[in-house]
Amino acid sequence: MTIAAEQPQHPIIEVEGARISFGAVKALDGVTLKIMPGECVGLVGHNGAGKSTIVNVINGGLTPDQGSVSTDGNAVHAYGINVARAHGVRCVFQELSLCPNLTVVENVRIVHHDLGGVGWRGRARRIIEESLGAIFPGHGIDSGETVGALSIAERQMVEIAMAFSNAGTAPRLVILDEPTSSLDASLAKQMLAHVRRFVADGGAVIFISHILHEILGTADRIIVMKDGRIVAERPAGGFTAQSLFEAMGTVAKGEAARRESRDLAAAPVVLEQTGSGLSFTARRGEIVGLAGLSGHGQTEMLMWLHAQRSGNWWPRHNPAVAFVAGDRRLNGIFDLWSILRNLSIASLGDMSRRGFVAGEVEEGRGEDWRKRIEIRTQNIENPILSLSGGNQQKVLFARALSTRAPVVLMDDPMRGVDVGTKQEVYRIVRDEADAGRTFVWYSTEMEEVCLCDRVYVFREGVIVAELSGDDVNEANILAASFQGAAA
Amino acid sequence: MNLRPSSDTIRLIVPALSLASLLAAVFWLQPRAMSYVGLNLLFNLAVPIALATIAQMLIMAVNNLDLSMGAFVSFAACVAATFLHDNPPLGVLILLAAIAVYALLGVIIHLRDLPSIVVTLGMSFVWTGLAVLLLPAPGGHAPEWARWLMTAKPPLMPMAIVASIVIALLAHFIVMRSSFGVLVRGVGGNERSVERAGWSALVARAGAYGLAGAFAVAAGIALVGLTTSADANIALRYTLLSIAGVILGGGEFVGGRVSPIGAVIGALTLTLAGSFLSFLRISPDWQIGAQGAILIIVLALRLFLNRIESRERRR
Repeated sequence: MTIAAEQPQHPIIEVEGARISFGAVKALDGVTLKIMPGECVGLVGHNGAGKSTIVNVINGGLTPDQGSVSTDGNAVHAYGINVARAHGVRCVFQELSLCPNLTVVENVRIVHHDLGGVGWRGRARRIIEESLGAIFPGHGIDSGETVGALSIAERQMVEIAMAFSNAGTAPRLVILDEPTSSLDASLAKQMLAHVRRFVADGGAVIFISHILHEILGTADRIIVMKDGRIVAERPAGGFTAQSLFEAMGTVAKGEAARRESRDLAAAPVVLEQTGSGLSFTARRGEIVGLAGLSGHGQTEMLMWLHAQRSGNWWPRHNPAVAFVAGDRRLNGIFDLWSILRNLSIASLGDMSRRGFVAGEVEEGRGEDWRKRIEIRTQNIENPILSLSGGNQQKVLFARALSTRAPVVLMDDPMRGVDVGTKQEVYRIVRDEADAGRTFVWYSTEMEEVCLCDRVYVFREGVIVAELSGDDVNEANILAASFQGAAA
Repeated sequence: MNLRPSSDTIRLIVPALSLASLLAAVFWLQPRAMSYVGLNLLFNLAVPIALATIAQMLIMAVNNLDLSMGAFVSFAACVAATFLHDNPPLGVLILLAAIAVYALLGVIIHLRDLPSIVVTLGMSFVWTGLAVLLLPAPGGHAPEWARWLMTAKPPLMPMAIVASIVIALLAHFIVMRSSFGVLVRGVGGNERSVERAGWSALVARAGAYGLAGAFAVAAGIALVGLTTSADANIALRYTLLSIAGVILGGGEFVGGRVSPIGAVIGALTLTLAGSFLSFLRISPDWQIGAQGAILIIVLALRLFLNRIESRERRR
């Protein structure tokens, strides 16, 4: 090499063959990607495709089980948060990640290490106001205000401005994970314009969004992920909204577990809910799916349906709805109780006489359910934690099904359950539905959503599409979950 | 740009108003209290309580709770009345070691993810036991300088008021203005985001505990300076008083929302509530209940204001 008039540019970050698994789940299955200075890379994929995981690898929060990370052409062995920050990697997370009890200025102090010393408040204020002014002119945010007192959009603006601000180490790679989800159209436009300016000045951006026209209009290159792998990578011009959907979906897995469609138009309506967006109804014996990207209002809908139909102070004598929790460790099982106690808690009223639980009735029911849904245990009096995760989930199902409630609400209950158990539960759900029970099923797994008779697709807290019969398929659900399809 | 006071200022209004109205009521009942000596007598015992409240506030800023505060202040008071008086270097060493133990507790609680309530409840027996070993019966002597400090008569304002203001300002500077304070409150507000920014939440928590230990030691010394002698149970009620003081002053149990100035005001209010009830000639049997009633009224007021605040935000 002679005089380096034109040095070959090194990628800011290069991830090679990254693999990460959480238990049996492969979050990343050999991902290789390069981010060059001066480009904006769009990253798309459905729930659980591995987008957030690769973002966490790049920002140093996760160390891959296998594979390497290099910056500026040099492999880094102990890549971590502080190394990433020193190389100018900044991140705006999907869930807001400021400290709500601190002021904007104090949050700047937390983010920028090298701001310390006397007078840091003044410096922090100048830095954040400069950055806010550059991205969102006329923002009207007082940087002395507590973050908790700001609106969601303002918090998001602060967070974006924080990522692009410079306090010693200039930002070189900014990762934006759904940055526009709480911004209105004009603010989103201002932000995207700033992304283009930043890229034109030689910075790099990784841009994740469910609004496809933003990605298509802003990114130079688009990477499509699915099941922890990169399945397509092309310049943005090489994609249309349609071809992006196709790249995100499965092509090989076709009609795996499609149920025969049932005609339920004549069945009576048992649940009805109107709100902004399409209204929601569910009929007797129907399995209604709630789909869309996670965190777009499905759980809130289930909670709302539950709150509407359960007693406020006094328990209702005839329960109208039963709930199967998704996060079973958080709000499903009672860790210290036996399997039987966990199963019978929801229907104790039916098993008691004069305020005392009738032991033999409880045991009889427990035995009955153990056989019906095949909970794998010698003795139903064993502690619940002696069961595998899938069997714990079955107990939760039995808990809901053993009530007299005609409607069962399910909040993504199959997370982390093995395939065999899933099939068993699908069978139980179908049998119960045939017997006249109604299921409202939120799931992040396409396969499960496709089992439903009818599906509502959520986006940004409202129902944006209703699919039924043969329209319930992956392509239609993806198209409705991602905004920007040819409307 | 906007004239609306910040939400932190609004939070300070309730404790300040409660203190002012309580003070007005006391003056009305007993006009003679409206003097240099009277004020000093009213607020004398508030100084150690204020220090203990600040210590508790530091622990609460990192979303923990310290149930050993009273026992620890008693222990510190016993050390101050014995070793610090008889053998100052050894006394200082013991107190420094106690502060180090506090920081270590923060480390253990953080690393093992233990519930702080359980750990500190256990430690409260350790501190009480050590205090009983030092002073099996009430006794000891206050160090001269502590005695002098607590009985000094500065011009214009009585010592109790001056000390309260100094404590409030010092704590405000450390907790609200310094980088360290921001970090501590950040851990309370959103620990993950602090760690994502590359800080060590462990160091922040250990620092908060260590500093709390230092304030609690100061509370013990101040208490001995006032009472001239100590006993192993001298400050047991400080545990609940300090928690009540923090909450009265606008702090919250979780979320890193604390206010040092509010906490000192809360401590003063609690002290004054006792005197107020005596002036009302309420029998001591009922005083604790009446004190609880005052607490409930002030906290209800707080909840009410919080509700208004969140309703305004939603608009």
